[in-house]
Amino acid sequence: MSSLALFLIVLGLAALGWLMARARAMAFRRVAGGQRAHSLPNYHGWYVALWAALPALLFIAIWTPVSGNLVSEEVMSSPAASSLPPFEMQRMAILREAREIAEGDRPGGFNPQSSEIATVYKSALGRYRMIGAVVALLLAFAGGAFAFTRVSPHFRARTKVERLVMAALLGASTIAIVTTAGIIASLLFESVRFFSLVNPLEFLFGTHWSPQIAIRADQAGSSGGFGAIPLFWGTIFIGAIIAMIVAIPLGLMSAIYLTQYAKPAVRKWMKPLLEMLAGVPTVVYGYFAALTVAPLIRDFGKAIGIASATSESALAAGLVMGIMIIPFVSSMADDSITAVPQAMRDGSLAMGATTSETIRKVIVPAALPGIVGGVLLAVSRAIGETMIVVMAAGLAANLTANPFASVTTVTTQIVQLLTGDQEFDSAKTLAAFALGLVLFIVTLLLNIVALRVVKKYREAYE
Amino acid sequence: MSETASPRAPTDWKGNAMQRRIRRRYAAERRFRWLGLGAILISAAFLAFLLVTMIGKGAGGFRQTEIRLDLDFPRTGLLASSTGGEIEGAVAAAADAQFGPDGARLLSDSAWTRVERAIERDPSLLQRKETLWLAAATNVDTAYKGNGDAGSEAIVSRLDQRDVLRTSFNTDFLVSADATDPASVGIWGAFKGSLLTMIVTLALAFPIGVLSAVYLEEYAKRNRWTDFVEVSINNLAAVPSIIFGLLGLAVFLNTLHLPRSAPIVGGLTLALMTMPVIVIAGRNAIKSVPPSIRDAALGIGASKVQVVFHHVLPLALPGILTGTIIGMARALGETAPLLMIGMRAFIATPPAGIAAPASVLPVQIFLWSDEVSRGFVEKTSAAIIVLLVFLLAMNGLAIYLRNKFERRW
Repeated sequence: MSSLALFLIVLGLAALGWLMARARAMAFRRVAGGQRAHSLPNYHGWYVALWAALPALLFIAIWTPVSGNLVSEEVMSSPAASSLPPFEMQRMAILREAREIAEGDRPGGFNPQSSEIATVYKSALGRYRMIGAVVALLLAFAGGAFAFTRVSPHFRARTKVERLVMAALLGASTIAIVTTAGIIASLLFESVRFFSLVNPLEFLFGTHWSPQIAIRADQAGSSGGFGAIPLFWGTIFIGAIIAMIVAIPLGLMSAIYLTQYAKPAVRKWMKPLLEMLAGVPTVVYGYFAALTVAPLIRDFGKAIGIASATSESALAAGLVMGIMIIPFVSSMADDSITAVPQAMRDGSLAMGATTSETIRKVIVPAALPGIVGGVLLAVSRAIGETMIVVMAAGLAANLTANPFASVTTVTTQIVQLLTGDQEFDSAKTLAAFALGLVLFIVTLLLNIVALRVVKKYREAYE
Repeated sequence: MSETASPRAPTDWKGNAMQRRIRRRYAAERRFRWLGLGAILISAAFLAFLLVTMIGKGAGGFRQTEIRLDLDFPRTGLLASSTGGEIEGAVAAAADAQFGPDGARLLSDSAWTRVERAIERDPSLLQRKETLWLAAATNVDTAYKGNGDAGSEAIVSRLDQRDVLRTSFNTDFLVSADATDPASVGIWGAFKGSLLTMIVTLALAFPIGVLSAVYLEEYAKRNRWTDFVEVSINNLAAVPSIIFGLLGLAVFLNTLHLPRSAPIVGGLTLALMTMPVIVIAGRNAIKSVPPSIRDAALGIGASKVQVVFHHVLPLALPGILTGTIIGMARALGETAPLLMIGMRAFIATPPAGIAAPASVLPVQIFLWSDEVSRGFVEKTSAAIIVLLVFLLAMNGLAIYLRNKFERRW
């Protein structure tokens, strides 16, 4: 019996328990007449259903991996397994094949040994699955029966069920903390291992990045440099400089026009249109940047006499990223401009200032904290952006301010370091986690500062 | 009216200097206004440029060039029990006979599967002569669509004179999986992978997100722990997606040893990313339900759990669903974290289940965009069109739900 079937049977039993308990509660409500039961029949139903389902499902969840290990142990200790080749890869391949045959996913084996082992597998698998099924069903019956005996007019079923609901709510809300802790722990753990191989100061302040660890000592480039400054510079150059030069004026002016000048009908249509820019997947932007924008920029660079213009220029990636960021800047600016009290606007206009003078001298300064917060959030979004730079920016770690040259970023290198066939413990893969840690800390700080700035501003006007 | 306070001379509004100054100020006003309009138009123009480029390049991906091949089945000696290899050989021989020595190379690598399917559908075919339209090879395909190299153009014009070429809707693109030959690739495999991944994501992120939102908004006491939960959720919503990929790699693959490149791992990773979005949307939706509803329910004797689950949650549901759909749309377009958990392998068959190796649409787009062969350009753009259509549909649904069900209290 497969886990899925078992799962469905347990759920079926729970449903049955729900119906029976509910019927019983209904009955005593009718018979008892004057005396009212504590809980509604539904709660008795839920109480029984939960008792029937939860212990059994918990058991299945624990038993499935445990029984898998028990099965492989039994197979390995069987006489058929003693003839297996000592070579790890080959052995695993045969075992996998035997497992597939035993589960009926595959008609016959490629290796002659696998069908022999498959019979051992099959019997072990069948036995452990049977044990699991019997125990799970017993648990479901026992739990359901125990709960069913407690169904009575005085039984406080609702209180018990609600206590469980509250526990589930609390549990769900801790997932966020667990995730955050998981991110920090996994990044820190791998980074510490990386820093035991590479000096942290060299990583943070070195200017030579070439993470190719040679297989042989005499190979060219065997030194392997992990100085991440070129990466940090590339990230800042693309994400915080070029992209922002595009996004801040366009986003801010769009927000000003939509809030101050546009008719409501125009605003109603243009705002969602701008937000569509944020909804386009980054891989589409990346493809667009690499296929259409990059050649244009290279040709433009060549035309104005820059010989080093490449088709993996920082400008192409930064430009497209800036366009992607426009909605973030404009929606934050929009919010903070609308939050400026109307009285300030009216006061300025009454003094004879034109609309644009009011905007430049009164509204934007008043909304500035919100706008700055929005820009900081946009920067944090831009430096964490991956696909555009992976597809449109280069891999060469150059320390240059020439926008037509190729630079590389932190996220590009993370993808580059982790998508290949290398073992997990090399300095090369661990470096990706160290870069991830830096990225995480920087984006976190940017977000905290941005939220601080916005919050402080809000207090001033409410 | 004392003499000492000499009043300032009144401004001469009609004077030349003042008029010039006013004109300058009005000109600045107009310029500013045009700048604002220009900013919006540039953004909109870029969006239009992007969409037009994608549609222009991708439209070809939905069309397929076919070559007419006359097959004399009795002479090929094929039987109903013939293997794929035998059919492939027979088709190649027929193509050679009809189009000269290199005839077989004009057909796509998987063209023979169409013959196989035709035989399966109607075994009596084997007794007679039949004319079939088969998918053309990539170079013929691109040349017939007008952007091939010179050699292929020559072949195409030769074939065109014999009137054996036609273009038809590329159903193969919608029903098959990845392949090495651009003429026979399809998006169904990646689409199914996306679907399975999204199911896992939704099944995890929706309940957890909604329950956390309910807890934080309705039950949580103001204390350290609650602040801590709130800060974590807000931070998670702003963490770059690639960091979630690193988490998935370190925890799900290297610690828990879940299968690489499987929808379940992708779904788990994306669920962690989507959950904060749902929590934040859910909290806003719950917050907008007026307190009078809660007070009324409490007043007639409902318990605190009943108040929330019978009254607040149903009223907040449209807002929660809108947020969920937007979060799911973002997850559907996400690429970077999935690359981290190994979803970049070449997968030529649609995934069988959530533990089987799979690809997803955005990753498929990324992989095809890396291919050198020219035939992949239109397939990549066509896949992008499919992805954008789905995202547009999801966002449209979210807007519809919001307009239809959202109540202003």
